[in-house]
Amino acid sequence: MKVALFVPCYIDQFYPQVAIATMELLTKLGCNVDFPLNQTCCGQPMANSGCEKDAISTGMNLVANFTGYDYIVGPSGSCVLHVREHYSKLPQTKEVTKVRNNIYELSEFLTDILQIQSLEANFPFKVGLHQSCHGQRGMRLSQCSELNQPYYSKIVPLLKLVKGIELIELDRKDECCGFGGTFCVSEEAVSARMGIDRINDHIKNGAQYITAGDSSCLMHLEGLLKRKGSSVRIIHLAELLNSSIN
Amino acid sequence: MISEYIDHPKEADNFNEDFQRTTWHDETLWFIREKRDKATKSLPEWEELRDMAAAIKSNVLSNLDDYLIEFETNAIKNGIQVHWALNAEDHNKIVHNILLKHKVKKMVKSKSMLTEDCHLNQYLESKGIEVIDTDLGERIVQLDNQPPSHIVLPAIHLKKEDVGEIFHKHLGTEKGMSNPQALTETARIHLREQFLSGGAALTGVNFAIAETGGIAICTNEGNADLGVHLAPVHIASMGIEKIIPKLEHLGVFTRVLTRSATGQPITAFTSHYHGPRKGAEMHIIIVDAGRSEQLGREDFRKSLNCIRCGACMNTCPVYRRSGGHSYGYTVPGPIGSILSPGIDLKKYSSLPFASTLCGSCSDVCPVKIDIHTQLYKWRQIIAKEGKMPFAKKQGMKLMNYVFSRPSLYRLLGKVGRNVLGILPRFMMYNSLNAWGKARELPTPPKESFREWYLRNKK
Ligand code: SF4
Repeated sequence: MKVALFVPCYIDQFYPQVAIATMELLTKLGCNVDFPLNQTCCGQPMANSGCEKDAISTGMNLVANFTGYDYIVGPSGSCVLHVREHYSKLPQTKEVTKVRNNIYELSEFLTDILQIQSLEANFPFKVGLHQSCHGQRGMRLSQCSELNQPYYSKIVPLLKLVKGIELIELDRKDECCGFGGTFCVSEEAVSARMGIDRINDHIKNGAQYITAGDSSCLMHLEGLLKRKGSSVRIIHLAELLNSSIN
Repeated sequence: MISEYIDHPKEADNFNEDFQRTTWHDETLWFIREKRDKATKSLPEWEELRDMAAAIKSNVLSNLDDYLIEFETNAIKNGIQVHWALNAEDHNKIVHNILLKHKVKKMVKSKSMLTEDCHLNQYLESKGIEVIDTDLGERIVQLDNQPPSHIVLPAIHLKKEDVGEIFHKHLGTEKGMSNPQALTETARIHLREQFLSGGAALTGVNFAIAETGGIAICTNEGNADLGVHLAPVHIASMGIEKIIPKLEHLGVFTRVLTRSATGQPITAFTSHYHGPRKGAEMHIIIVDAGRSEQLGREDFRKSLNCIRCGACMNTCPVYRRSGGHSYGYTVPGPIGSILSPGIDLKKYSSLPFASTLCGSCSDVCPVKIDIHTQLYKWRQIIAKEGKMPFAKKQGMKLMNYVFSRPSLYRLLGKVGRNVLGILPRFMMYNSLNAWGKARELPTPPKESFREWYLRNKK
């Protein structure tokens, strides 16, 4: 299966290992992975700040890069959701619609499209799962605590395929970490406080690692953990599913 | 009118100075959110009830003119005097005239966010009429001359020690009293005196039933009943959106309202008023005050579904860590942040940005308002109308310029990573760098993914 890899800008620049892990993981699972070379950003930072109009050509650049693929996979619920939902503001050409329909977040792609049942991965640590909001309430990757709906998750069963892993329970299983794009600097005080409360929940419940489907949340949490001098580390879901630590 | 700008980030920053108190505020409200979760999950039909409530409201908003006229006709048949107010000023004048006619010097009031929004208390006080808020939480903040910080729990920002202090100052209780039982007892005795001496009672309206011309009011303290039953005049103030078509619809709303608000199955009192007592008068004031304008905004009209349960505040991670007063509007939290820009776009332009767009508010909302989507839409309008700080806007334009030019993006990324790596930490972490106040920056990698890819795969 031919798959195009969508690498959000901050992963490209700050967390290349997440993109490498995604690429290796998909290749291991039998996909033929392409990386369109002229991709940059999905435009979300601008749109969420109220400048949707200013982000149109950025969006069109993304579409131009990915229009030839039936499956586009990105290791970020937030950016994928942005393409799916907010590209409704782009001219709805055949190409734009195709990209909006064919783009998947990683765990969603592994669960719904590849339907993987096993994984060659080892990660002998206690892990807390941070549910990034755009994946959680935007894409409904798992049951939301606010809704009266039966339990399901597209992420937990994947983590359970990893050998040695011990998933910890959190006091608040899907509260926002406070990153929120430009919110993290425009509302610095609340953003930091939200993140501190999240990491404390993980620490209190014994996590050695915090994992999530979005590097943006993890970058924020990592910044707080490091400042605190905590030994708890962060790892993107793609890296975890691709890891072979014994 | 001077509209001073509400600086939410600054207010929130002040709130967060007291770490322990922020913890307490967050946990208190989260506790209510959890009670709400339990209560809603005990009803298998919960999501269906939300659908139903939203559908009824949507029908109401599409036929509001007809329902309002139907309501007025039936209310008049019931012997109620109906008044229409275009704005806050109209509303306040109508109340004042009724009170003048009856020579009322003191009015007791049960909770009404609408009159709070109209600044009725201040208006009447300037005319020499005393207004007593009889909801316990509201009375506490009123004594201390503060606005409410939550629409259901007006004094939720105060600890019992704070209440003890306020009572000591204004009601003459012993200093340092913080026993909740003793405080409640004090409030009870104080409020009874007020009820007995009130010349008129004003209440809000939770639901106005078009079919019957009657209203329903939900309280936990029974203070609406007590006020209305003791005073010769009852004035009920309602926004035009409080209408429901039929009595049979009321059950849907009473079931979702209190479960969402506090996790109780229903309020202790659901009071129905269908006309004046013998020898008494009942007035209903129907208020627009910007609502029909909001109704005309396609993207935002659904905000008028709101039944003021407060669930979106309790669940909002930002509200819990910034407090109701940081919003500077009668209705704080997520719903306030989509209602207030419609009232004064410039003044409230920081509120739609006081959110991570996490979406929790939309999921708890019993009438299914797409709150976080509306926050996003207000952001677009604020940016377009130039109500956004200039520098930020230019920054966004620059970002788009860079991101739509792949080679420029790659060049700048490289520079950025190198700068991060080279610059001494103290230069990155000055007071201008909001990221660095509480967080470390990521360690910049040697190469971008793209560089790695070109080196390894091609
Ligand atoms: S917007 Fe919804 S959740 Fe918020 S107060 Fe109104 S009805 Fe309740």
